[in-house]
Amino acid sequence: MIPILFAGFSALLLLSALMVVLHRNPVTSALFLVVAFCALAGIYIVMKAEFIGMVQVIVYAGAIMVLFVFVIMYLNLSHDLERGATIVLRRMIGWIAGAIVLLQAVLVMAGRWALGPISQVVPPPGGNTQVLGQVLYTRFLFPFEITSLILLVAMVGAIVLSKGKTGRGASPKATLESMRRQLPPGVTLTPPPGGQE
Amino acid sequence: MIPAGWPLIVSAILFTIGIVGVLVRRNAIVIFMSVELMLNAANLAFVSFASALHSIDGQIYVFFVMAVAAAEVAVGLAIIVNLFRLRESVFVDEINLLKG
Repeated sequence: MIPILFAGFSALLLLSALMVVLHRNPVTSALFLVVAFCALAGIYIVMKAEFIGMVQVIVYAGAIMVLFVFVIMYLNLSHDLERGATIVLRRMIGWIAGAIVLLQAVLVMAGRWALGPISQVVPPPGGNTQVLGQVLYTRFLFPFEITSLILLVAMVGAIVLSKGKTGRGASPKATLESMRRQLPPGVTLTPPPGGQE
Repeated sequence: MIPAGWPLIVSAILFTIGIVGVLVRRNAIVIFMSVELMLNAANLAFVSFASALHSIDGQIYVFFVMAVAAAEVAVGLAIIVNLFRLRESVFVDEINLLKG
């Protein structure tokens, strides 16, 4: 049963990943990417990594894909128009490079490689979430804290980058102008004496 | 039980699909999606090795990779939005500011 599930999820994953790459419409690509991430979550759960599977659904299929779809909607992207000789050339180069990488991967897989010492750890009855939490908050506590710092930096960076320079509320003067426009008639906004706009 | 090699083969194929996507497509958002596919292929390799070695460490690394991927997507999509404001396009071959 488990190998059948694994094969099914793998086929779904690879087919939808191919559709992400091949489909012209970015919205369709994004929706196929959601399918791919859900199939990968299924593979994780089949491989007894339940916590990772759930986080995959929540973080990737939830948060990241919502961000992608929002940006596609915001940019109002049309279909990908691809024509011309350079496009054909680049596409050919891309497929050849992909074939070379796949060949290398096959050669690595076909070679004999040692898996290292395998310790027979019995999986605990409570699933792997408990073990993962214990390891994460003891041995990996410092990287875990660094992760929160990375997320903070990303948040600040995304806000600063997407605010832009020409948008409303960019400069203090523009902010003051937009506030003036919103005031009811008869009310004026005067700068404090001695202050400068 | 799944043999240890199967998920690695799926991971290799997924990574290749991601590489082809980055090289073939010219829409910056689809290129980003292909980068996500490659990150997920690496995650699958981590999980399969963790499962083969009966160790939990690989899954911890997957956790960190996911956090970094989320941060990367947030910043990268902000950059793409800025690029669209500047050039009215997200096609990477029309963005040639660094071309000599």
